[in-house]
Amino acid sequence: MSDWPILSIVTFLPTIGAIFILLLIKEDNEQSKNNIRNIAFLTTGVTFLVSLILWVSFDTTTAEMQFVENAQWLGGNINYKMGVDGISMLFVILTTFLLPFCLLASWKTVKNNVKEFMIAFLLLETFLIGVFSSLDLVIFYIFFEGGLIPLYLIIGIWGGKNRVYASFKFFLFTLAGSVLMLLAIMAIYWDAGTTDIVELLKHDFPAEMQTWLWLAFFASFAVKMPMWPFHTWLPDAHVQAPTAGSVILAGLSLKMGGYGFIRFSFAMFPEASSDMQMFVFVLSAIAIIYTSLVAMMQKDMKKLIAYSSVAHMAYVTAGIFAANAMGVQGAIFQMLSHGIVSSALFLCVGVIYDRMHTREIAAYGGLVHRMPFYAVIFMIFTMANVGLPGTSGFVGEVLTLAGIFQVNTTIAMLATSGVILSAGYALWLYRRVIFGDLSKESLRDILDMDKREKYILVPMIALTIFFGFYPKPIFDITSVSVDNLIENHRQDLDKAGKLPDDIRVKATASVTAAKH
Amino acid sequence: MPSEMVSQSDFLYILPELTLIVGGLITLLIAGFKGKKSVAMVANFAIALMTIAAIILFFLPQDVMRVFNGLVINDSYSIYMKILTLFGAAATLLMIKNFLESRKLDQPEFIVLVMFAVAGMMFMISANNLLTLYLGIEMQSLSLYILAAFNRSSTKATESGLKYFILGALSSGLLLYGMSFIYGFTGSASYDLIAEHLGNPDGSSSMGVIFGITLMSAGLMFKISAVPFHMWTPDVYEGAPTPVTAFFATAPKIAAMAMLVRILYSPFIDIAKDWQQIVVFVAIASMVLGGFAGIAQRNLKRLMAYSSIAHMGYALVGLSAISNVGGSIQSVILYMSIYLITTLGVFACILGMKRSGDSFEKISDLAGMWRNHPVIAVSLTIFMFSLTGMPPLAGFLAKWEVFSVAVNEGLWVMVVVGVLASVVSAYYYLRIVKVIYFDESKEKFDPMSIELKLVLGFATLFTIIFTIFPSSLRELAQHAAQSLN
Repeated sequence: MSDWPILSIVTFLPTIGAIFILLLIKEDNEQSKNNIRNIAFLTTGVTFLVSLILWVSFDTTTAEMQFVENAQWLGGNINYKMGVDGISMLFVILTTFLLPFCLLASWKTVKNNVKEFMIAFLLLETFLIGVFSSLDLVIFYIFFEGGLIPLYLIIGIWGGKNRVYASFKFFLFTLAGSVLMLLAIMAIYWDAGTTDIVELLKHDFPAEMQTWLWLAFFASFAVKMPMWPFHTWLPDAHVQAPTAGSVILAGLSLKMGGYGFIRFSFAMFPEASSDMQMFVFVLSAIAIIYTSLVAMMQKDMKKLIAYSSVAHMAYVTAGIFAANAMGVQGAIFQMLSHGIVSSALFLCVGVIYDRMHTREIAAYGGLVHRMPFYAVIFMIFTMANVGLPGTSGFVGEVLTLAGIFQVNTTIAMLATSGVILSAGYALWLYRRVIFGDLSKESLRDILDMDKREKYILVPMIALTIFFGFYPKPIFDITSVSVDNLIENHRQDLDKAGKLPDDIRVKATASVTAAKH
Repeated sequence: MPSEMVSQSDFLYILPELTLIVGGLITLLIAGFKGKKSVAMVANFAIALMTIAAIILFFLPQDVMRVFNGLVINDSYSIYMKILTLFGAAATLLMIKNFLESRKLDQPEFIVLVMFAVAGMMFMISANNLLTLYLGIEMQSLSLYILAAFNRSSTKATESGLKYFILGALSSGLLLYGMSFIYGFTGSASYDLIAEHLGNPDGSSSMGVIFGITLMSAGLMFKISAVPFHMWTPDVYEGAPTPVTAFFATAPKIAAMAMLVRILYSPFIDIAKDWQQIVVFVAIASMVLGGFAGIAQRNLKRLMAYSSIAHMGYALVGLSAISNVGGSIQSVILYMSIYLITTLGVFACILGMKRSGDSFEKISDLAGMWRNHPVIAVSLTIFMFSLTGMPPLAGFLAKWEVFSVAVNEGLWVMVVVGVLASVVSAYYYLRIVKVIYFDESKEKFDPMSIELKLVLGFATLFTIIFTIFPSSLRELAQHAAQSLN
């Protein structure tokens, strides 16, 4: 079993499913539509199960890449190389976990062109998994960028009224950021003679070059993440995308940016990362406060959640560039938690959107009287979004804030104010939608969640609460890799003479302590 | 150089060209006797001859060989580029042969002109002397002028033909003027002797040579329709009948780029620093203009003209990396190969846009094509994303090749402007995708002919699969590039 290329299988299983649907099934009646749905769901399900092998046989004691595959590809030291470590493995699982739910969520809402929809989603899954599991920069870029095509089509074909504008904006924004990263990848290739990520992590780039490379990568990831002020595409894209598209965007697509920051910007360009720390901190602090305030004033539910995503992602960026184990651990955890919580929130919005066909907050009110089950579920995820202790949102926020606090108390203080603001907009949203009198005529006959919708959201609740109380399984996997990452980062900085003195003292102290 | 005897084996190396020329003459005879009825037969005959010529090329010795007292050169570079040109021309003929009748092009002379043009292109590619080069260019150009205006009853076609002729004549003038400078200041028209002269430390870049190379570049840039010598392209693309446009967009572009690469890298490599700035400027201008001007277009053919201008700019990006000669040539070769196949696919789609015999060429005519013709729609989408340079399609690796050599050269202004221009051009490619998928559908088009389907299928498969197996074509290009090095 161990010599099977498991990562490639996980990555390309969805593609095989897509090809199967493309070639063998014709969409002509209800029956065939159901067949397509079933096959697509089955494919993502099997992919998820296979990906669990990764988790089960993952070695938590090493920071080395695991499940490594290497094959000749382009020539000139650019090869097809796959592998995961503690940082990337969980993102692969997150992807394979969320995709079946996306398909379930669009089971009934997508009535036409089911075949194309499913194919686009399956291809998208391949690209998403590939981003997190590739160990070659060119291969990474192919997956990173290739995902734009299906996502563009998903927003553009199955989106809302203003979908054309949103899909163009989304595509062009992300492309503009990414092409600069492409140039940086080329420069890296010529400087290091390889695009193998493992080799590049050991490679020492000249200090001046690091700054430029860092900026180029930043251009791409900051748009993807998205960081303030590059976030303007996100609310548009979210509002227009179909529910499943929003889930992918919030749950996975944004995580590519965070993953990229950890894996590339932070790990490969330590000196530049250290120089740019304050820059990222300031942008993140602005994002947390500004987008939270903007979120408060939204009239559209999806837009509100989109802005709250921007705020939550700002914790991630600040946590990563705090450059300590706590901050990075927290950032990874926050991304995983946000991947589930924000996806669930979009699914919750989807539930009432499917019934009322509007996302206006003002169109709802008093839903608790007709939809008690929904009210409970929506509350749990609202609380998780706020970061209530006992939910996974809390763990991530506390860790990142603690990590930032060690480096810069002012920024930590500003960032913490975001927790209060998030409570403000989230609870207010909840009050306006769920509580109050059921005065709207149109809501009189609204039905509570059906079985399918419960199947989607209940597992997510379980995970949110489980990891809120017991986050250890996650940290078991990430800790060794993150410690190694921080250790290397400090060594590189030390070599360049840029390590802050207090950290050096602590580091030496801990080394001496370990020796005794 | 004292003339040596021309040996019989010299003819072996121009056998492919001879095949086309003799074949063209025979065709002319057949045409004279049988008239209009013979068009289909003549087209098939021409395709067969081109295939034969390609096969002969395939079996020619690959080592560098100068024949006819050094007037003509044969190396793996020329073999590769000629096969590519022949492939482009034959594929285009295959696609358009059923269209000639409906577009009032149903005269066998059309095919004959294509054959002569292709023969001219092959001489351009393997020219090793300024005179051979000029003769090749003129043989090609004169045929193309007539082709552009072939539909005499259409004012648009006549106008575009006239424009093309006047500007083309001007560019030929510039080219000749440049050549005369080169001849005057280096004392020879032979590539080898020019290179020898420029390689001399004392004889190198005098003012006259720089004048000459500048004027020659102007003439050559006209042939690949790079900015600022691109004015004719949109008019000719739009005005000429679609089958002619399809031909213009493929084989001549390959041949023109091939001759540009050879002339810059073979005789003038020692003054590369001087022509590099010309190439960089032209590349930037082409990418920017091609990117922005395409946005406002409504006509698909005109859009493809701006797209081709931009793509010539990208190819020149690879050409401007002068310190890595092998890599630079290889990247241009690969870029042109991928460009050719994608363009063939796009034109297969454009040619397929017919309703009860009438052709359509507006972008809005594609509306909702997805519902009526899912396969063609998906193919066209794939080509558009490939032209944008999106991974995982072939266009991405093409851009990777050219930009990466330029990055290595440190031409930062050019590469940054270039990739940003590609984002701008993404807008109009995306707009086509948008029209195909997001807009309300119109009536169905006529079913595609089997030949169109064949070309379309091949181009689609290539565009997808190239990324998975890029190394074999890359090695061929590398091999071809080395022979020029």
